Amino acid sequence: MNTRLLDLPKDAVKDAPAAPPLRARSRPGWKHALLLPLLLPLLVLAGAEIAVRAGLVPANLMPPPSEVATTLAWLAGHGLGQHVAASTLRVAIGFACGAGAALVLGALVALHRTSARVLDPSLQALRAIPSLAWVPLLLLWFGIDETPKIVMIAIGAFFPVYTGVTSGVKGVDRKLVEVGLLYRLTPPALVRRVLLPAALPAILTGLRNGLALAWMFMVAAELIAASRGLGYLLSDGRETSRADIVLAAIVLLAVLGKLSDMAMLALETRLLGWRDGFTVERA
Amino acid sequence: MSFFEIDVDHKRYGERTILRGLRLQLARGEIVSLIGASGCGKSSLLGIAAGLDRDAAARVRLDGAEWDVGRTRPGAGIGMVFQEPRLFPWLTVVENIVFGTGARKLPPGTLDGLLDEVGLGGLGEQLPKQLSGGQAQRVALARGLFTQPRVLLLDEPFSAVDAITRIRLQDLLARVARERGLTVLMVTHDIDEAVQLSDRVVLLANQPGPARAVFDIDLPRPRVRTGARADARAAALKAELLAALDLGLAA
Repeated sequence: MNTRLLDLPKDAVKDAPAAPPLRARSRPGWKHALLLPLLLPLLVLAGAEIAVRAGLVPANLMPPPSEVATTLAWLAGHGLGQHVAASTLRVAIGFACGAGAALVLGALVALHRTSARVLDPSLQALRAIPSLAWVPLLLLWFGIDETPKIVMIAIGAFFPVYTGVTSGVKGVDRKLVEVGLLYRLTPPALVRRVLLPAALPAILTGLRNGLALAWMFMVAAELIAASRGLGYLLSDGRETSRADIVLAAIVLLAVLGKLSDMAMLALETRLLGWRDGFTVERA
Repeated sequence: MSFFEIDVDHKRYGERTILRGLRLQLARGEIVSLIGASGCGKSSLLGIAAGLDRDAAARVRLDGAEWDVGRTRPGAGIGMVFQEPRLFPWLTVVENIVFGTGARKLPPGTLDGLLDEVGLGGLGEQLPKQLSGGQAQRVALARGLFTQPRVLLLDEPFSAVDAITRIRLQDLLARVARERGLTVLMVTHDIDEAVQLSDRVVLLANQPGPARAVFDIDLPRPRVRTGARADARAAALKAELLAALDLGLAA
């Protein structure tokens, strides 16, 4: 082999200008991840506080954030925990029922051709019904007790999860299924060892969307008929012209929704560590 | 009587017939390569043999046991390595390799010998996303071998790896096949690969029908890649195969 091309004159190396040391791009730290998301809300709150105090916005319609914080502190000592607990419990039960039914029916439709032909067209038709259209019927059937609220939330959570399961299973790479067939997996083993793990990303996305919709449907249910819960607080604030209470309830809904979404995201991160997807850090 | 036999009456995709009246017989421990133009049905034939394509009118026979591919799945004993690794991304290297046995975990160190043999030492707990293309294909080969198949089907298994990895994997396959007496049916577009590894090369015709030509690769084993012993006869065989592909035998 000819290696003469590598035999550079000694001074060619000696006279070369010193190159700056090479550094790998550093990853953003925890402060970057924790503080940056708070920047926008803090700016909005500061802007609102200044605008209200300067008289640019009427305080009776838009109380300053400091007043909303005071109201929240007052509510904390006057039954806020009960309202939060009532709403959270309704979401938890409704989501569990809706998502559970969706997981079972979604798997059935995705894996069994006859079931798909029987069930899917009807379920798709039900999906097209606006959520509020259910309210009168649920009130007629179940009265104004807990049941119609739970059913309403379950309906809200059902369809994103159902769609996640069916689209996830249908989207599984045929080539991976072939490997399972090559090793003569039984149908249950194929579902357990190939289809479900491969569909898990779509299923978890469905669960996450279903949980977000469960919170939305909870508010709709509580606005109509409730004596406890964050929806009730919203309704009560409107009826007593207390915009601070309305805003306090909205803030709590945002916080609770975000916390539950973070829990789902943590679950997703834990279960889907194997994914080799795009992240902004890699760009 | 042959050890492994595929007898295809016909295989259609819609209105188009891909294979018709094709019969292939392999002796125990024989390595046979299938070559031919793209779309002539080479990969379809492997799919039929592996039981992945059950729409074909075909019969497969392995060591006396016969099954109709449309009615029965093949029994144990047939392994396959695909063109792409097809690893399960949620399983580690070891879990992928033992996938076919149904075992979830093995006692630590059980697979160390095999991992070292295929050049994956120390990578057993890695996920597929952490592997290079060549390493992933090694895992696929190890998975294909781990269940101790009697027949190994290979669908262009080394076409997507770099030249050095390809040579290493070819040598590994040749050695393992010889040591285990493995019967191998391999689809390839690489004439060098076909000559290096095979006992016979079967040329499929462009139009559905029986095999167009069969070439005996009468080179001694173990085969060397360079030197006078390798060059003359191997070059002649390659020229013969290229001529068959280029000069109308396959037309």
